[in-house]
Amino acid sequence: MASHDAHAHGHHEDHHHHEEHFVSKYIFSQDHKMIGKQFLMTAVFMGLVAMMLSILFRIQLAWPGESSDFLSFFLGEKWAPNGVLKEDMYLGLVTIHGTIMVFFLLTGGLSGTFSNILIPLQLGARDMASGFMNMLSYWLFALSSIIMLVSLFVESGPAMAGWTIYPPLSALPQAVSGSGLGMTLWLFSMAIFIASSLLGSLNYIVTIINLRTQGMTMTRMPLTIWAFFVTAILGVLSFPVLLSAALLLIMDRLMGTSFYLSDIIVGGEMLTNHGGSPILYQHLFWFLGHPEVYIVLLPALGLSSEIIATNARKPIFGYKAMIGSILAIGFLSFIVWGHHMFVTGMNPFLGSVFVFTTLLIAIPSAVKVFNYLTTLWKGSLVLTPAMLFAIGLVSTFITGGVTGIILADSALDIMMHDTYFVVAHFHIVMGMSAVFGMFGGVYHWFPKMFGRMMNTRLGYAHFWITIVGAYGVFFPMHFVGLAGAPRRYYDYSAYSEFDKGSFELMVDLNEVITVFAIIAALGQVLFLFNFFYSIFRGPAAPQNPWKSNTLEWTTPVERIHGNWHGALPVVHRWPYDYSKPGASEDFIPQTTPLEAGEEEH
Amino acid sequence: MENKLIVLLVIVLGAIAIAQLVRVYEISSKLRKNQEHEISNRDNNLNGRMMFGFMFLLFGFFIYLMSAYGWTGRGSAASDEGVEMDWLLNLNFVIIISVFFFTNFLLFFFTWRYVRKPGVPAFYYPHNNKLEMLWTVVPAIVLAVIIILGLQTWGHLTGESKPEAVKIELFSKQFDWTARYSGADNTLGLYDYKLTLDNNELALLTSNTIDSSLNNMLNGATGIHSLQKLLNNRDTVLSDSTVAVLRTDLSRKERLYRFLTQMKQNHNKKLDASAWDDIIQKDTLYLCKGQQYEIALRAKDVIHSAYFPHFRAQMNAVPGMATRMKFTPNKTTAEMREEKNDATFNYILMCNKICGGAHYKMKMVVVVLDKPAYNRWMAGKKSQTFKDQYFPVAAAPATPAPADTTAVTMN
Repeated sequence: MASHDAHAHGHHEDHHHHEEHFVSKYIFSQDHKMIGKQFLMTAVFMGLVAMMLSILFRIQLAWPGESSDFLSFFLGEKWAPNGVLKEDMYLGLVTIHGTIMVFFLLTGGLSGTFSNILIPLQLGARDMASGFMNMLSYWLFALSSIIMLVSLFVESGPAMAGWTIYPPLSALPQAVSGSGLGMTLWLFSMAIFIASSLLGSLNYIVTIINLRTQGMTMTRMPLTIWAFFVTAILGVLSFPVLLSAALLLIMDRLMGTSFYLSDIIVGGEMLTNHGGSPILYQHLFWFLGHPEVYIVLLPALGLSSEIIATNARKPIFGYKAMIGSILAIGFLSFIVWGHHMFVTGMNPFLGSVFVFTTLLIAIPSAVKVFNYLTTLWKGSLVLTPAMLFAIGLVSTFITGGVTGIILADSALDIMMHDTYFVVAHFHIVMGMSAVFGMFGGVYHWFPKMFGRMMNTRLGYAHFWITIVGAYGVFFPMHFVGLAGAPRRYYDYSAYSEFDKGSFELMVDLNEVITVFAIIAALGQVLFLFNFFYSIFRGPAAPQNPWKSNTLEWTTPVERIHGNWHGALPVVHRWPYDYSKPGASEDFIPQTTPLEAGEEEH
Repeated sequence: MENKLIVLLVIVLGAIAIAQLVRVYEISSKLRKNQEHEISNRDNNLNGRMMFGFMFLLFGFFIYLMSAYGWTGRGSAASDEGVEMDWLLNLNFVIIISVFFFTNFLLFFFTWRYVRKPGVPAFYYPHNNKLEMLWTVVPAIVLAVIIILGLQTWGHLTGESKPEAVKIELFSKQFDWTARYSGADNTLGLYDYKLTLDNNELALLTSNTIDSSLNNMLNGATGIHSLQKLLNNRDTVLSDSTVAVLRTDLSRKERLYRFLTQMKQNHNKKLDASAWDDIIQKDTLYLCKGQQYEIALRAKDVIHSAYFPHFRAQMNAVPGMATRMKFTPNKTTAEMREEKNDATFNYILMCNKICGGAHYKMKMVVVVLDKPAYNRWMAGKKSQTFKDQYFPVAAAPATPAPADTTAVTMN
């Protein structure tokens, strides 16, 4: 503790003796709160770009071949001659949409924002273990974002091999134009992104292990922190594997190696590469790729646990079981990657093992869902916008989770693999659940981030448009997939030649999907307005707006470097003492000592 | 012009929308006396009711979609393996749809039922080991059933095919499919990608094809000799970069030439026969009802995926790696047309792994015939083996087409 105190003292003096410069406060800041906000702003921008890309290709899918001013305005004559999207660019849009959404919005944006803001605040720490590494992490993230955006504008087009960039398609510029400079930029951007993610994750882990305040034992940590902790561990163990996959691909592309290439003739040229295996890439990619799903999802589940307990005015049901399921999901996520590869020609026995491990994940997931339901049961629910998003998350987690059972069953995956059923499944889980968790987090912790409140009514409107719009987009996709429609198809005109019934189904549903997508996208304007306007004009936030127990609400409303004036808070109880019988209020902050004879939960 | 007008309109409308938002924001802030964190009972109850109402909307939407598209879109399975998969799929659907309804109902019902009521405190209920055990064990049991049934079917689908299964190879490249029937001996001839030539697109391995590839590598238009000649020609001046490109090309071809030479030395002539009787078929894949097929897959350039939605069969074709699958069509095209009441329906083979710009057009029509019709079609193919194509008889009558079309129309 001595070092803590000295540290606190030092900061205290800093605060009084010199004003921070604009550059050190807003740009090269080492303060975790500012870095969190930088991550959030960047991710919101990247998310907007990726959403716009999706609207562009959704227009093509709903009204294939029809001229659209919207397309020609954004893509110009080169990529949308006469307002009709080019085939290659369609793949480019799909690829960059997926990449940005998965990595830049839901990894950098979700875990980067909330781990940074909440870990020190909820643990009672002055800052992250290394402020400098944290700053570096953000600026590498910014750099990789810029490179990814630049790749949209190169002459040969952005990467076009899908967000999974399977070689040989991604390795051979002769195979598709985006595998030229666009792919090189994609790889460099991702390599930098991985460095950023690793710096961040290591910092989170070290902070959680070392900088908990007095009394904050591991089993008194809020579930948010548990989720961020396991997420960071997943990131540290899996992202380096993606880096190696990317490096081998870079070598195949630039130095003539044959890690992923064998016996290929492309563009009339007979390559001499022999002995490599494209399947090796898939193994390496999905060794990250599957934990990545939980890197995206766990923080959202952590945030919603906190939001649901606070606004149900009830302790989260089964705190220890929730920690157990986070750990179980984290562990299992490393041994299930093969379920993405059932039809690659992998040994069927190996496939069986992956079926078994994958379906096991359903058990901790089910435990989490039932624990959320029991938390709501007999609660006294305060339906703030954040709470609505958290409940929406539980609904989509169920809806998207159950279809995972079909896809994890290798015998059924044969017919569902790479169809729209898969697209529906992972969009409901990642595009809805994880995004809802992020929105919930923003509404809930906005007062902490900016010292002001967001407008509740606009928040409600935003929630309702988003949930109706997003379910309207992703629910019908299941049925497009059940009809057999492969994903990443520029259009489904092929069906008109051999199956009129299916063709009409696809045309109908694709229009419905696009209309809902446009509605949902427009609904985000409400959020953007509310978010940015409230930063400047929102009413001042009270000390503890949601009457919450956790430590971040004991910090002063104005944001100071070092988080607490004077000594750090001391923790006496777990964070979920809501509506405890015998207490005068329906919440007891973690800093309140146990009363004589009071039992800890 | 029209473009600019629209952009202008969007900007104006956007500005109006933002102005309106500001007003809504300010008015609603005032109404709430800037107490954004205090959720009024009215708002609370309204949102609770809307959540419950939304549940009915969601369920209604699902039931509508399921009844309108759920079964028609897929169509019935057209292979023995597909029938087994569909049974398993339906069972899984029953389970997951029940879970979907049950848990979503609880979620939205609780949200509506337990919305804050003044004076009613929340029930402090931090844990209950029995309950938690219950919802760990019950899902585990259900999943055990799913896993056991799933793995049984998986075993059937991926196990070895029967000895009498007919072997066919599907060769994929950007952006079409070629089928190769194994011929009378039911053995597919060997191949090596280095033997690819215009008259040997599938790179089949025979003594003759090795010779012509060697010859082409040495004496072809861009063969080793012509490259050497170009590089050694003192009359022409080439830029450094061109020279570098030519040198790389030359060394690549010399390496390939060495490989081909080794291939020739190691080649066993007895294997030629299994390649010569193979039948190469483009455009349409003909299959026989009730016959099990053992399909070998090959890719020339990038990964493709052979996807037969109606047979419920799929497997990737990977460059440099042999993959396989099997299925047994159990309905002829004619029978399926009758069932679907669509006279133009056809089975299809599609590419289902992103493979480049025209990925969405990469397909091959599949026709399933009954045994007599299939035999008639096959009889017409007997004189169109790889050997017949490789050594065309000068006066051969050009009549490959009629056999194909009659077979389709005979349905």
